[in-house]
Amino acid sequence: MNDPLTALLSRRDWLLADGATGTNLFAMGLDAGEAPELWNADRPDAVRALYRGAVEAGSDLFLTNSFGANASRLALHASADRAFELSRRSAELGREIADAAGREVIVAGSVGPTGEIMEPLGPLSHARAVEMFHETAEGLKEGGADVLWLETISAPGEYRAAAEAFALADMPWCGTMSFDTAGRTMMGLTAPGLADLVEDVPNSPVAFGANCGVGASDLLRTVLALNEHGTARPIIAKGNAGIPRFVEGHIHYDGTPDLMAAYAVLARNAGARIIGGCCGTTPEHLRKMRAALEGTERGERPTLGEIATTIGPFSSAEDGTAEPTATPRAGNRRRRRG
Amino acid sequence: MSDDQDDLVLSELEDDDLVQQMHDDLYDGLKEEIEEAVNILLERGWEPYRILTEALVAGMTIVGKDFRDGILFVPEVLLAANAMKAGMAILKPLLAETGAPTVGRMVIGTVKGDIHDIGKNLVSMMMEGAGFEVIDIGINNPVESYLEALETEKPDILGMSALLTTTMPYMKTVIDTLVQKGIRDDYVVLVGGAPLNEEFGKAIGADAYCRDAAVAVETAKAMMARRHNRVAVG
Repeated sequence: MNDPLTALLSRRDWLLADGATGTNLFAMGLDAGEAPELWNADRPDAVRALYRGAVEAGSDLFLTNSFGANASRLALHASADRAFELSRRSAELGREIADAAGREVIVAGSVGPTGEIMEPLGPLSHARAVEMFHETAEGLKEGGADVLWLETISAPGEYRAAAEAFALADMPWCGTMSFDTAGRTMMGLTAPGLADLVEDVPNSPVAFGANCGVGASDLLRTVLALNEHGTARPIIAKGNAGIPRFVEGHIHYDGTPDLMAAYAVLARNAGARIIGGCCGTTPEHLRKMRAALEGTERGERPTLGEIATTIGPFSSAEDGTAEPTATPRAGNRRRRRG
Repeated sequence: MSDDQDDLVLSELEDDDLVQQMHDDLYDGLKEEIEEAVNILLERGWEPYRILTEALVAGMTIVGKDFRDGILFVPEVLLAANAMKAGMAILKPLLAETGAPTVGRMVIGTVKGDIHDIGKNLVSMMMEGAGFEVIDIGINNPVESYLEALETEKPDILGMSALLTTTMPYMKTVIDTLVQKGIRDDYVVLVGGAPLNEEFGKAIGADAYCRDAAVAVETAKAMMARRHNRVAVG
């Protein structure tokens, strides 16, 4: 299996990933509610501009515009049958931009969640999830993606299903989860839980980590926890550019380019090797992040206090790894009947 | 936990112990046990409304609190809500017959431009779990859909959800329209969604921002109590 990302990581201590997809496409006129993936077919120039923005700002790796290019999400736009085509197109456009960059740039095929809850809690079966992820993966592969990039996942079962699909597609992959609920994912997984999960799947990812979630500070706390848990795999940090604020009728992320530059340096010190942004992160942020990473050496692992002082407070007191302080009900609870 | 507890026979429990057991079984998401216990209480002559409030809603309150406090997470809460709904399915026709008061009615939907629904679905399930009647109008709702649902469903509460920063402002559009039509104060307006915060909720004129599904339930209950008091006084 050809794996340019692993090759690049063997030569470089850190890589700069890209920033937001949605934020930047909205700035180019994408309407809220419209599926960004449809632009791969309808507005290829805008998608090229999105990719070029990251590459010109210094990203070593960018994600394709295929986050929602799975049958389940596209069904909301009456385009369920276009998952393969739109995925392939997103990667083809990415290949074009990366190959014209004049330096090595990795095209990472973005794979987002299905948006459905898996059995037994919800309606989505494991087999169907694998099938959908596989379809997207094959499209990205055919379009020329170097690596598949699972992101914003909250359920361990969905992570496993995607891993299985990527094995079917015979592609290297990376996978990040979104830790947005008091340090855990929505489905309750902790950072060490992800580190264990990653080793437990038969085809472990090249790199793993966290994206999106609450703010950049919370994301760094997750990276610290992953690092402290111990892993030989590169850790990915893709945090949001601060927290969204409502300013005069518009949404504005309060993370400035300077704040994201400080975040990038802290992320590397915390143990991340692939560092980028998520929602709210524009090429302007990326440029500052690149300059900051190049202008400094990897330093001491930051304390939580340093993170909070440098880029802002955490959204919750705990990182989710401690046992709950309140005692769960003991009572005369019974085991579920077989 | 010893094995003999697996052999607990619900029908042999005194009422108080049975209700306690139902709270535990809800907590553990044991659907069949909840159905069985609801039927036992009905056979013993309990009013459906009393079963709803003392056994089911009270049990889900415990689940909601532990979810809020980070002791339980979404998977456990969904299992509990499923068990609650199974019990509720038995009670619903009986409640309608007896004309028992409802906890409250809510119309909920994701705003125009936003196609995310997990958060909204969780709130719906938790609200139903707390005994509210929930009318889910789905995703990507323009202001007209909200108005129509308010008109036909006559809810107490309007819930709006947005997961995208780009769609959050549409909540204000909906609220502004309600103000224009002079019907804003007829409803409790609750908003939620990952990118929102309290400051935003205030800025757009909602009654409250709810950080998660558990907070939504607590807030809805508190607001309903306040409404009832106001009606009683006024």
